[in-house]
Amino acid sequence: MSALLSSARRILAILSKELTQLRRDRTTLGMVIMIPLIQLMLFGYAINTNVRDIPAALVDQANTGLSRMLTQAVEATQVVRFTERTVDLGAARDAIVTGRVRAAFIIPPDLSQRVARSGSVGAGLATPPATDEQTSRPVAQWIVDGSDTVIAGAIKGLGAMPLTELLRRPANRTTPTFAVALFFNPEQRTAINIVPGLVAVILTMTMVMFTSAAIVRERERGNLEMLINTPVRPLELMLGKIVPYIGIGLVQTTIILLLGHLIFGVPLQGSLLALAAATLAFIGASLALGLVLSTIASNQLQAMQMTVFILLPSILLSGFMFPYEGIPVPAQYLSEVLPATHFMRAIRAVMLRDAGLTQVAGDTFWLLGFMVVGLLIAAQRFKKRLD
Amino acid sequence: MTAPVIEAQGLTRRFGDLTAVDALDLTVEPRTIHGFLGPNGCGKTTTLRMLTGLLTPSAGTVTVLGHSLPRDAERLKRQIGYMTQKFSLYDDLTVAENLGFVAEIYGLGQRVARQRISALLSTYALEPMRHRRAGRMSGGQRQRLALAAATIHEPALLFLDEPTSAVDPENRRDFWERLFDLVDAGASILVSTHYMDEAERCHRLAILESGHKRADGSPTDLMAGMGARVVEIEAPDLRALKQALLALPEVISAAQLGSRLRVLVAERIADPVAWLRSQPLQPAPTALAPARPSLEDVFVTSTGIPVGSHQP
Repeated sequence: MSALLSSARRILAILSKELTQLRRDRTTLGMVIMIPLIQLMLFGYAINTNVRDIPAALVDQANTGLSRMLTQAVEATQVVRFTERTVDLGAARDAIVTGRVRAAFIIPPDLSQRVARSGSVGAGLATPPATDEQTSRPVAQWIVDGSDTVIAGAIKGLGAMPLTELLRRPANRTTPTFAVALFFNPEQRTAINIVPGLVAVILTMTMVMFTSAAIVRERERGNLEMLINTPVRPLELMLGKIVPYIGIGLVQTTIILLLGHLIFGVPLQGSLLALAAATLAFIGASLALGLVLSTIASNQLQAMQMTVFILLPSILLSGFMFPYEGIPVPAQYLSEVLPATHFMRAIRAVMLRDAGLTQVAGDTFWLLGFMVVGLLIAAQRFKKRLD
Repeated sequence: MTAPVIEAQGLTRRFGDLTAVDALDLTVEPRTIHGFLGPNGCGKTTTLRMLTGLLTPSAGTVTVLGHSLPRDAERLKRQIGYMTQKFSLYDDLTVAENLGFVAEIYGLGQRVARQRISALLSTYALEPMRHRRAGRMSGGQRQRLALAAATIHEPALLFLDEPTSAVDPENRRDFWERLFDLVDAGASILVSTHYMDEAERCHRLAILESGHKRADGSPTDLMAGMGARVVEIEAPDLRALKQALLALPEVISAAQLGSRLRVLVAERIADPVAWLRSQPLQPAPTALAPARPSLEDVFVTSTGIPVGSHQP
């Protein structure tokens, strides 16, 4: 019992020492607040997967009233914005190659005939299905810089654009094969998905960085040689080092979620309890991961590089940027190892889909397990010897 | 307590091909200051680290305060204090915070800790700067703080690794007064140094060179039994005379001290002054006088290293 008590006192001693050092480090304290604040404003506002106003070139070879109406109809979709007009296909191609435009819209000289032919059954009104060579010809063509899949997808979407206005005819009310109802984010606002994910990314960055530098800094400054000559145990040192940063992680989470709610209208559907449990487990897992890195790195620059090595897959493979389901299965195994993947899943479930404690228990326990294993590895790797 | 506080036999440490410490035997008696004298890189720090359990010896046995190392290293840590060569407390904590931290790590109770800290602050003249950050103190103040921290748990045995390398002579003398106070209170101290004046203050002294122990004894015994006689010579061209002297096989070393040349002559020459007079030296010495041996002479005769050169 008294051994446990003196162990707790040593943890407390390291903890309060860390807090004092942190309090004196104004720059770091400032970054604790400013990093989530600025990144939230920036990414919440800037990241948008609904592409609009793609610059495009217009090659109007028909140059009739009908072609001008078609152009207006296309522009009205707001998917593209015609920044260049030409009749020369070569010039349009050149504009795509140099990157001035992402696509070119080519209206053939025989636009009127094509529209007339498809007048009864043609483009956008294809009932009954057009099987005839002549009537199934499209009225115009898009040439797209297909290297960016998002842009290509947006313009592909224009392919089935109805031409009701052009034909001054009401559209046939076609019955879709499936009815699609969008839950949780009916307005399709990207910020709804981004802001909770941002918590995972920012916490990964700051938590792993803080602790990956923690032991290394003591070694670099020579404090470690004093510490290992005292009765302090490795696990006590590790625990004392991570506890102050749990508070910092919670402060950052609060900043992001509060501002995300106030500025971007991101709701908190689920329970605060489930959110707190998942967040604490993730903070613990990230801190433990940082400590493991700290026992591997021999200076702060190495620790920083290792942090970035963890951060990049945490952004790209965790489902933050791209849907997890699009990742090939072997890479999914890899992303399952990252704490960010589990937290991303849990926090989106709680915040957007009203998941409760039981629904996120799987990911939360996984994170807790990760933390315990990480702490044990770090304590095991940390030797109170110099050889 | 009359058993030795440190007993090491055949202590050896290899780093790859390099043998940093080679078959070192060492016995440190209680209530003494035992010095390690040697040039940089001779294995002093490596030896201290093996004796505190920080490094595992490649060969040999060590018993410190009755604990066999490296097995009982953790139990030993409560009973020893270690002052590292480089300042190893926290620069961004104040004097009082640093001492408070170390006191808690050693598990001193709140009241004991308060008493110890205020006693140490007054002993080491740190009271006026108790709220100053360690990083903003002078070399002498930092070194006193480091000693205070190393002794906060009243260790029976204290290891000091070149404790005064960043300290002026005045502070160095005060520092040694404090060390003798600690010995008076019952502690034993093992201190490494490359300063002769510091070595001379030790009760016992081991001279280390390239991992080997070359001599071990009290400074006076070492000086008495060093196997050489000392003569100081005055002459017009000392540099030329030095070369001429070093050509004689009986001359162990010759070092210039201002306008004199300090010459070590092998002990078998019973009257070195007469013997030197009889040598056909160019330029001829104008004055010759026997001199009292110093620790520097002991160091030179036992290691063969001329003082001032630092190659092992």
